[in-house]
Amino acid sequence: MYDFTPMVEGINRWLHSMMPDAAATFAGWVLVALVYLALFAVMGLVLVLVERKVAAFFQLRLGPNRVGPWGLLQTAADAIKLLLKEPVGTKRADMFLYNLAPFLLIIGAMMALSVIPFAPGLQAFDINIGVFFIAAVSSVGVLGVLIAGWASNNKYSLLGAMRSGAQIISYELSMSLAILTMVLLAGSLQVSQIIEQQRDYWFIFKGHVPAWIAFMIFVIAGTAETNRTPFDLPEAESELGAGFHTEYSGMKFAFFFLSEFVNMFIISAVAVILFFGGWMPLHLDGWTGFNQVMDFIPPIFWFLIKMSVMLFLLMWFRWTFPRLRIDQLLKLEWKYLLPMNLVNLLLMAFIVLMGWHL
Amino acid sequence: MSYVGEIVHGIRTLLTGMAVTGKYFFRARKEIITQQYPDNRDQLRMFERFRGEVVMPHNENNEHRCTGCQACEIACPNGSIEIIWDRKVDEKTGKKKKYIVKHIYHLSMCTMCNLCIIACPTDAIKMAQNFENSVYDRSYLTKVLNKPGSKLMDGIDE
Amino acid sequence: MEEVKQITLHPQGRTEEYFINMGPQHPATHGVLRLLLTLDGEIIKRVDPDLGYIHRSIEKMTEHDTYRQIVHLTDRMDYLSAHINNEAVCLVVEKALELEVPDRVKVVRTILAELTRIASHLLWWGVTGMDIGALTTFMYAFRDREMINDIMEENCGARLTMNYNVPGGLMWDIHPNFQRRVKAFIKHFKTKLPEFDRLLSDNIIFRKRTEGIGVLSAEDAISFGVTGPAARASGVSCDIRKKQPYSAYDRVEFKEILDTRGDTFARYKVRIHEMWESLHIIEQLIDNIPEGDYQVKTNAVIKLPKGEYYQRVETARGELGVYVVSDGKKSPYRMKFRSPGFSNLSVIDHVARGYKVADLVAIMATFDFVIPDIDR
Repeated sequence: MYDFTPMVEGINRWLHSMMPDAAATFAGWVLVALVYLALFAVMGLVLVLVERKVAAFFQLRLGPNRVGPWGLLQTAADAIKLLLKEPVGTKRADMFLYNLAPFLLIIGAMMALSVIPFAPGLQAFDINIGVFFIAAVSSVGVLGVLIAGWASNNKYSLLGAMRSGAQIISYELSMSLAILTMVLLAGSLQVSQIIEQQRDYWFIFKGHVPAWIAFMIFVIAGTAETNRTPFDLPEAESELGAGFHTEYSGMKFAFFFLSEFVNMFIISAVAVILFFGGWMPLHLDGWTGFNQVMDFIPPIFWFLIKMSVMLFLLMWFRWTFPRLRIDQLLKLEWKYLLPMNLVNLLLMAFIVLMGWHL
Repeated sequence: MSYVGEIVHGIRTLLTGMAVTGKYFFRARKEIITQQYPDNRDQLRMFERFRGEVVMPHNENNEHRCTGCQACEIACPNGSIEIIWDRKVDEKTGKKKKYIVKHIYHLSMCTMCNLCIIACPTDAIKMAQNFENSVYDRSYLTKVLNKPGSKLMDGIDE
Repeated sequence: MEEVKQITLHPQGRTEEYFINMGPQHPATHGVLRLLLTLDGEIIKRVDPDLGYIHRSIEKMTEHDTYRQIVHLTDRMDYLSAHINNEAVCLVVEKALELEVPDRVKVVRTILAELTRIASHLLWWGVTGMDIGALTTFMYAFRDREMINDIMEENCGARLTMNYNVPGGLMWDIHPNFQRRVKAFIKHFKTKLPEFDRLLSDNIIFRKRTEGIGVLSAEDAISFGVTGPAARASGVSCDIRKKQPYSAYDRVEFKEILDTRGDTFARYKVRIHEMWESLHIIEQLIDNIPEGDYQVKTNAVIKLPKGEYYQRVETARGELGVYVVSDGKKSPYRMKFRSPGFSNLSVIDHVARGYKVADLVAIMATFDFVIPDIDR
């Protein structure tokens, strides 16, 4: 009912009717890129605003409320400020790498965004190794962080970067294994396939206990991947100033800042896809009326509602928990998450083997 | 503690913490603790004892109570008060009497310790509740407390 | 064939000491303290505190000020225990003059001192949470601290630098609303303090970050001259309120909080319990403020008899000693403040060695340094 495929195909046909095939394909790419850039900017602005508002409410404050009604234009104003700001940097920095780092980070984030389906048909890139692609591409970001820390020629930045390297490499493992657990259930790496599998029930219900454990691990690892509290060691405001992005200002700083939020969005999106059925509505066995009402809500809203819940959860973590220490961070991964994950994977394999997941 | 027990305990403590912040999140509307400062200026009332700056009250006839005894100047720990005084002949008694030309108050140096107010034998100066003391130039912070043309109230002696 | 390049490695790898300046502009030093850290990776090899960035020579200034004027300078030393600092100077002057202040003054001073202690510990709790990464604690602590600040503002005329004590008593009598407000605060705070435990003290991450970190033994605490909650966490009984009761502490019943673990968490826990004890002290006194004068008449210019005088008080951070050498003039010949922060800072290298940078931040937080108190 709410499939976007005809619309997308319509635009494609229209483009092809207007110009030669090669040009039409190219125009399509440009169009998609523009849409994603716009999405990226809007998402960044909205998420930063939401984060600030949510943080304010946790802390019994009002949050931004001066620019625009209820402060809605605050982040837009901030973005303009950052754009107009003089780029202050260090003289002794390795200029090429120093300038490259924010882009690496942002490219990694944007590429991962491309495989995420927002609604049926609204997906840029439905490759058959979808979730694998996300896991692979999202770790490009760590390169940006490492380079930023190294090229800034600042000792605090370097400490932050080193922490980030150790952290992301470790937690990549957990995240991939958690994804793998769910992939066992789906039997496919393709994102659209995974979602299609959850038409009757979401995987969190289908997978029984292993799915819950996988979800928990995924959320923990995801928080660590996005460098958010309690895993914000690379930034660690009270220890390292601002960690790897201490020396960045203006728009370059904004890129780091935005990429954090985009990464957060990606983590939430992957969690929603793997555990909560992506844009699939909630269906309960036997409740036909209820199911029809649920079907009536457009999938894009389903996706966004689930996303908001996930994002809120991540924000809730951030504004509640203290930060871990670097050795505890690694201990948590190698001593707790990894063994749990491996056992969990076996359990899930067993469940799938026995066919209990249906 | 066992391996599993530790994990369960850990998760429970984390959830307890989240319950605290979560409770405030949903009650945040009622429990906002910040003030909308420049907006609430009209409602904002400082406590009567609040020490914001030293002022010299004048009555409707432009008369103050300062005899120029310099007790405040001596009491001030950081030289915020300077009194320029002179003597003139009092018309009634015919005696020479001290009077203040200028009661200079350097707000920039004042620490609001209240010692001058306590020292004043005639209650000529008092603390005002004004707290918005920022100005664009430092020279504005040097104030002359007695108004031009003001004179000593009747019946106040040194 | 290409020659394979031989890389020889040191058994532990080739390492180099890493030297960083923590401060004077650093969020975790809470002021302008500079720590010179020598690191091995993240592990601290040496900490060299470098002080003096906010030195205002308060001790020298006292030599030109009258005893009344000195009181307000002490507000600016440990600005979180301003009232207790004032009290210390007033007590030493009263001791020298052999003045017996009315009971009312003693009780009010004690109540305000304990309120100051709670306010100071609240700020400490907020920033400790922040240093360890939980940003929300700060606002919760400030919400409750605000109530104390309001009490101070209404009663003393200022929120932080109260200057409410004068030699011989108090500047004014207590405000009519004082008792009502303090009781309201106690009632409010008793519901909030357990929440602090739920939010932070019991949190597994916080526990892991603090337990067994920065262990200070009782012997070391004594030999470095550590006082206050930091020493009591190591099992050193050093509460001046108990040892040499001043003001109204001899007539109230309270426990000296002691812990034996001596780690960061013990220091944290001691302060949390001290807030409960302070509440307990205030509760005993608030309804029993004796009638009487709020001030003893003293000469306009106070001159202490020739001699040396010393008075110790327990501030929120530890033992504050005021040592006065008087030559009979209106200003002291020499005045020395034994500030708790300075002695407590001396132990930081000993405590932090071998731990990580993140631990140093936690250790610093639980020693609760106020930099103007260290530098004076």
